[in-house]
Amino acid sequence: MAVSETVAAPYPAATPTQPPPGRGRRGRNAAYWLYLLPGAVLFILVIGAPLVGTGYLSLTKWSGVGDPTWVGLDNYQQLLHDEVFWASFRNTVAMLIAMVVAPTLLGLVLASVLFDVIGRRFRPRTAAALRAAFYLPQVLPVVVAGIVWGWILRPDGAFNSLLDAVGLGALRHDWLGDPGTALPSVMAVMIWVQIGYPVVVFMAALQRVDPELYEAAEVDGANWVHRFRAITLPQIRPETFVVALTCTIAALKVFGPIFALTRGGPENATNVPSYFAYYTFFKKLQVGYGSAISTVLTLIIVVVAVVFIWMQARSERRDRGF
Amino acid sequence: MAVTLIPTGSAVVTPRRNKPSRDRHRRGAARWVVLALVTLAAIAMLVPFAFMLLNAFKSPTDYSSGGPLSWPTEFYTKGLRTYWTTVNFPLKLWNSALIAGSVAVLGVVVSLLNAYALGIGRVRGRLWIVGLFLLANMLPQEALIYPLYYVAKEIGLYNTRLSVIIIFTVIQSAFGTYLLASVLSTFPRSLLEAASLDGAGKWTVLWRVVFPNLRPTLAVLLIFFFIWTWNEFLIPLVMLIDNQTQTIPVALASLQGDRLMDAPTTNAGALISLVPAIIFFLIFQRTLARGITAGAEK
Repeated sequence: MAVSETVAAPYPAATPTQPPPGRGRRGRNAAYWLYLLPGAVLFILVIGAPLVGTGYLSLTKWSGVGDPTWVGLDNYQQLLHDEVFWASFRNTVAMLIAMVVAPTLLGLVLASVLFDVIGRRFRPRTAAALRAAFYLPQVLPVVVAGIVWGWILRPDGAFNSLLDAVGLGALRHDWLGDPGTALPSVMAVMIWVQIGYPVVVFMAALQRVDPELYEAAEVDGANWVHRFRAITLPQIRPETFVVALTCTIAALKVFGPIFALTRGGPENATNVPSYFAYYTFFKKLQVGYGSAISTVLTLIIVVVAVVFIWMQARSERRDRGF
Repeated sequence: MAVTLIPTGSAVVTPRRNKPSRDRHRRGAARWVVLALVTLAAIAMLVPFAFMLLNAFKSPTDYSSGGPLSWPTEFYTKGLRTYWTTVNFPLKLWNSALIAGSVAVLGVVVSLLNAYALGIGRVRGRLWIVGLFLLANMLPQEALIYPLYYVAKEIGLYNTRLSVIIIFTVIQSAFGTYLLASVLSTFPRSLLEAASLDGAGKWTVLWRVVFPNLRPTLAVLLIFFFIWTWNEFLIPLVMLIDNQTQTIPVALASLQGDRLMDAPTTNAGALISLVPAIIFFLIFQRTLARGITAGAEK
């Protein structure tokens, strides 16, 4: 989502470009607080207070009825020994591969091929049409995509029929029902869902690269691989950062596709922290324990986001250094 | 996550023409191999949609005898009609549109007010405030959901569309504030000063000077808030529990595994659930392309 930062808002908020007017500044600015008031009140009610509430509940035992019982750090201690909790974070690593690593790498290659080879050596419309095909899954409500894929991967679903049709019937399988294949299947679906996002962002990023760089490189005899490494990768690094950050956050939070595809099963083979928390809150009615899971997830996301933004700022500073 | 601020309009790819080198590129077989490979990959991306279309119009008997890959023997629309009436699809469409539309408008207004104070007013500590908004947008919704659910039940907002509208107005405006604050921090000071020399107050400056100049960016934001909210799942799933209030994705998901949902009905349901999304995509594509260029030129 923060992609817009690179598109609609080319100037990061952290570097105000104009000095504030000196004359009567404090008095004039104080009135602006009024404009922040409605947003701030809503923010505190809908985000701030619930966040604090979840943090508090994570230190209690509560079923949602009556009064919570204070238990201190018991929930967190229990988490450390909870096999499902660890399994859910191991599966998050799989989600990071399927939603960040694979789409970003594939997206870089695809965007570069679409832009540099197909856009320039065939008609640009061809590249635009192909890009639309990659982007289409991004438009759907992700739950709808999950439900369609859930049917495709069923034992009697379209994928097994397809295997039969091409003579690979021996590979027929209950893809989502077998703990051994469920996670790889979910990962494949997530790559399908995610791939359009980096492709579109990277192709837009390539628009702002000076075409003369590519032309000069070609005159010097650089082939596609050389150009990819020497021009494409360094030039679109800011966009790569943004894509990596937004996809990482999305992977850490993933819920809808898991809900629609497997509900974390079979045997927690595809459980993720987000679904685990939902299940603990609303199916097992262990609000304190669910809050502890959510709080751990929140802390991880905050740390990841801060580290990413810090790294991005550092790399921008280094670029400006010379 | 589901939608980016980058348009997929055809106007985007406009490489510079360079006659001699282009002629040179026109030769060679390698580019045709590359085209074939990428086209194959693109077709593979579309296969699930083809499966869905093929099976949405197939009768259950047809499906059980011919399987998922066979061509339908008749144009069967009962699955589509069953889904339409069982979930009362027009009502779901209205719920989704009402929630997403209200959130889009309210979210943009709240973002604009916040960003006016942060980007133009430059109130003290604005960098921390903007950072806080950005982080809030990244939070997992699980970290908010139980207190929100509990309080909504206590004050009678549970299972109302209003509860979801309020929650998403705040979540979306957290992102909107971050975006608009950085756009407004580069707003031309001369325009503001000219207006205040003419005696315009802050409220007038906001609506007569800032708002008209920001309109293209606000349009983009409006569309994104709409689509993001339309596609949201967890909070509507928890907050909206009956037929009167549910949104399109929640309605489809809650029927999953139901006896009624045989393969053709599932596909028909998925198909009509994604039609609105594809329509927005086609309608908004041009606006998005225009809005982004206008926003970037600022």
